[in-house]
Amino acid sequence: MGKLRIGGVELDSRLFIGTGKYPSKDTLPRVIESSATQVVTIALRRVDSSRQENNILSYIPKETILLPNTSGARNADEAVRIARLARAMGCGDWVKIEVISDNKYLLPDNEETLRATDILANEGFKVFPYMNPDLMSAKKLVDAGAAAVMPLGAPIGTNRGLRMKELIGIIIEEIKQPVIVDAGIGAPSHAAEAMEMGADAVLVNTAIATSDDPVKMAQAFSLAVKAGRYAYNARLGARAEVASASSPLTGFLHEGAY
Amino acid sequence: MSFYEVVSSYKDFDFDGFLSDVNEERVRGILSKDKLEAKDFLALLSPAAQSHLEQMAEKARRLSLNHFGKAVLLYAPIYISNYCINRCAYCGFNHDNGISRKQLSMEEIGKEARELSKTGIRHVLLLTGESRKHSPADYITEAAGVLRKHFDSVTIEVSPLTLEEYVKASKSGIDGVTIYQETYDEQVYDEVHISGPKKDYRFRLDTPERACRANMRSVNVGALLGLSDNWRREAFMTGMHANYLQDKYASTEVSVSFPRIRPHAGVFERVSGVSDIQLVQAVLAMRLFMPHVSQNISTRENADFRDNLIPLGINKFSAGSCTEVGGYSGEPATEAQFEISDGRSVEEVCEAILAKGYQPLFKNWMSI
Repeated sequence: MGKLRIGGVELDSRLFIGTGKYPSKDTLPRVIESSATQVVTIALRRVDSSRQENNILSYIPKETILLPNTSGARNADEAVRIARLARAMGCGDWVKIEVISDNKYLLPDNEETLRATDILANEGFKVFPYMNPDLMSAKKLVDAGAAAVMPLGAPIGTNRGLRMKELIGIIIEEIKQPVIVDAGIGAPSHAAEAMEMGADAVLVNTAIATSDDPVKMAQAFSLAVKAGRYAYNARLGARAEVASASSPLTGFLHEGAY
Repeated sequence: MSFYEVVSSYKDFDFDGFLSDVNEERVRGILSKDKLEAKDFLALLSPAAQSHLEQMAEKARRLSLNHFGKAVLLYAPIYISNYCINRCAYCGFNHDNGISRKQLSMEEIGKEARELSKTGIRHVLLLTGESRKHSPADYITEAAGVLRKHFDSVTIEVSPLTLEEYVKASKSGIDGVTIYQETYDEQVYDEVHISGPKKDYRFRLDTPERACRANMRSVNVGALLGLSDNWRREAFMTGMHANYLQDKYASTEVSVSFPRIRPHAGVFERVSGVSDIQLVQAVLAMRLFMPHVSQNISTRENADFRDNLIPLGINKFSAGSCTEVGGYSGEPATEAQFEISDGRSVEEVCEAILAKGYQPLFKNWMSI
């Protein structure tokens, strides 16, 4: 499938998974195993280190790369503080910037995200900004030192799939850093679609965590991500909107009289 | 603009006429919509909608799963003073009730916090009666400072504070405010709040907005169902209040509660009963109207009923609660504000949540 070079490492799996919303923490190790993921994101605000059995970190296999996220941050300053706390707690240098100042639609604030990315990249973090799929913002994030960009497929938790497909396609085309489609991916087919388009990876949480069988659903996503990547590598044949037998507009050129 | 203008705009609205005009066809139409308007929300609180509770529950369950996942956040109240100068007909802390009064010292608050934190609880709600003498803003802020050493999130349910006091509280690490209007019906409000500063309807109504302006992370509104004789109107105005705040203060996490009156010291005989079915209807209609808004249910409700509400859109639970001042340290010297119906320990509540296929969550925020 080809390895994914990202944040200074090489990964075999192109499926990142979230750790929230599961029916129990005990499910998590099995989901991680069946998804074959190598990167999991955790909301630092939910890390409860007061008791071993409540601490989500104790359910994540040691070899898994942690991508702590700044969920709950309403502006860049809060995101920066959460990121520093994550590093101090031993969660490594990777951080997913999530700045949401709108509780109605839970859409990220690109401007504050850029500000946080700038500060944290300068402090040596590998910064993964979650963003509205806007090309100019993506370019600025990369210029500020982002290790990847994470455009949303649809508003978080909606399971609506790649509603932002055209804009994500442009970002994939123009941005040289890895593009990870995050949020809105509600079915394995959505993940495959993102990978077919050339996304470098996808991040999935709700669709796996809230399914009736998260372990099996994680495996389904893993297969879909692989299938999509294979299809991308094999270059899909061009698709026509309608069937067309010959050349109705230029056929006259071959009709002998000329 | 204040929410009072929204309340005023409904003063002459014929609620009963509107609610009785709603038919099943209209309810079915609303259930097929993605985004509900205010009138749709009200229609879901109608008698006609009651026969569609299962369909409402199915949609509420799906929306809740998408937004909150299979997780329920746990918190516990901690009462630090029950001195109160208000005379509220329905409250156990009523100034006229001959109950023993107590105000905890900082040392006693620390002792309470140590006991409560042993249960695993990380989010606490600090409560007091209303008394500028026994529980002024500085006392509350200092107490919150003690609690923050033991917990990740400290929110308050105290008398309405001024904007400046909320700003100070927010800066000191208090991250949320719970303030119930009790009843949105101005006339009933005036009747049940016999005397004391709480009699000021408008000051209380604008309190959640002051908390939002002070940059509190979370603000919880609600009405005490059973005070007025029209729970549908109360549930509707609660939703309108949440909607007003969320529109205007997008970065604040607005949540709602639908507490029902419980037995308490003193006698309030005018309670209008709200049935389990009606309470469920309010919870479901609210979830469909504002899918992102947290809804919590306290130990006012019994264990079995609470557990059954989890899949329907309740994502916050109090657990192992004690509503007496000093109650966690084992020597309760006062009467409770109200009687608790769900007396299970935190551990038992966790087991019940897991049995429902949900994860009990102890922490959702921390001081940063």
